[in-house]
Amino acid sequence: MGYTLNFAAVWRSFDQLLEGLLLSLGLAFISILIGTVIGLLVAFALTAKSGWVQRPAAIYVTIIRNLPILVLVLFAYFALPQMGVRLGKIESFVAVLSIYSGAYLAEVFRAGLISIPKGLTEAGLAIGLTLMQIRVSIIVPLMLRNVLPSLSSTVISLFKDTSLAAAIAVPELTFEARKINVETFRVIETWIVASGLYVATCSVLAALMRLVERRLSVPR
Amino acid sequence: MSKVLLEIQGLRKQYGTVEVLKGVDCTMHEGEVISIIGSSGSGKTTMLRCINMLEEFQGGRILLEGEDIGYEQAGSVRRRKSEKDIARQRALTGMAFQQFNLFPHMTAAHNVMLGLVKVKRMPRDEARAVAEKWLDRVGLASRADHYPGQLSGGQQQRVAIARAIAMNPRLMLFDEVTSALDPELVGEVLQVIKGLAADGMSMLLVTHEMRFAYEVSSRVIFMNQGVICEEGEPKEMFVRPKTERLAEFLKTSSFN
Repeated sequence: MGYTLNFAAVWRSFDQLLEGLLLSLGLAFISILIGTVIGLLVAFALTAKSGWVQRPAAIYVTIIRNLPILVLVLFAYFALPQMGVRLGKIESFVAVLSIYSGAYLAEVFRAGLISIPKGLTEAGLAIGLTLMQIRVSIIVPLMLRNVLPSLSSTVISLFKDTSLAAAIAVPELTFEARKINVETFRVIETWIVASGLYVATCSVLAALMRLVERRLSVPR
Repeated sequence: MSKVLLEIQGLRKQYGTVEVLKGVDCTMHEGEVISIIGSSGSGKTTMLRCINMLEEFQGGRILLEGEDIGYEQAGSVRRRKSEKDIARQRALTGMAFQQFNLFPHMTAAHNVMLGLVKVKRMPRDEARAVAEKWLDRVGLASRADHYPGQLSGGQQQRVAIARAIAMNPRLMLFDEVTSALDPELVGEVLQVIKGLAADGMSMLLVTHEMRFAYEVSSRVIFMNQGVICEEGEPKEMFVRPKTERLAEFLKTSSFN
């Protein structure tokens, strides 16, 4: 091919990439945090007996999961202002990723909830706990332990979805990489380094999740 | 006679169109140990579960120390009490289940402490002391920091009994507590229940252990098809059953 790799130009802008990565992590962290709250509420709604509670939750999950996240990102940033809702780039993306992760996490949590024996709720009721206390002290802690393995892949997948923020010029890792690509023409080098950063970050995330899993595992 | 603890009047319960309790009447005094026997589907477990509102019931009343359990009558309208009220009433009774239902992510001590801390608002160190006292009573002082998964079935059931008793209930409900146990583990659980009976604890037991019902009960209730078919002292009931039904049931049970 006769092409010699030269990373010098990329290394000169490495700080920019790191700043981008930091922003990616920040976007993912805040969105997943909000998404976890949404996901928990929706998961309980999905498992509710009342159709008035269950149906809206099911509709939310169905709509969000059947939309490509890029479409949601573009819709929120370009279409919502036309309807009078004007958000900044970052706010708009965080809102979208939160709502998106909420739907995915709701499904993960729901699977964890239905595997918890009903007898545990009854045992809680029998000692005089309210349903809310039972959820907080018994059901959610057990559900989280149940779902940690699948939660790990969802979290990593949501982190990677932050790259779509580049589409609306949020200066996260992918956006910064594209900028360096355009400025230096070191196309191959730039994307190799950006890819390396994604892989490394995801590996660290996976290791962290495994650590949490081990720390929370119940001795038997 | 000591004072009335529990009064069940015309208790009716249906699942859809199937009536499982067809008007049960029963009065229980403080300190009584009553065993409820009968074939499966006779409604004995359902009746027990109505007493702490794990089951809703459509007709009749349950009074614990004179207070209506679960429902209140406002004029001609009968409505379910608030969840807060029901939770408070549930804490007046303790229940042990067939499947133990220990919280698997908590140690034995934490299982016992949870209700003390969250319901009785007891400080943690005080709750810990109460938990240890009761675990000691069921012979599991050395297992306080074990998780349910590290205990045998018999030990788990004893922790579950300690968890219920630690709340200092007015009445203990036992729902076939030995049915899920290996035969060699049944004895240790029955021993604990006998100890409680000797202490004067008021208890209602749904059981298939006829020999145990005979030994521990002050009274036995035989249920059949959603009604109380016969009741009396165990000596009378097991030796000279008055009804054909009971005689038949005893023949097929493990009593002899």
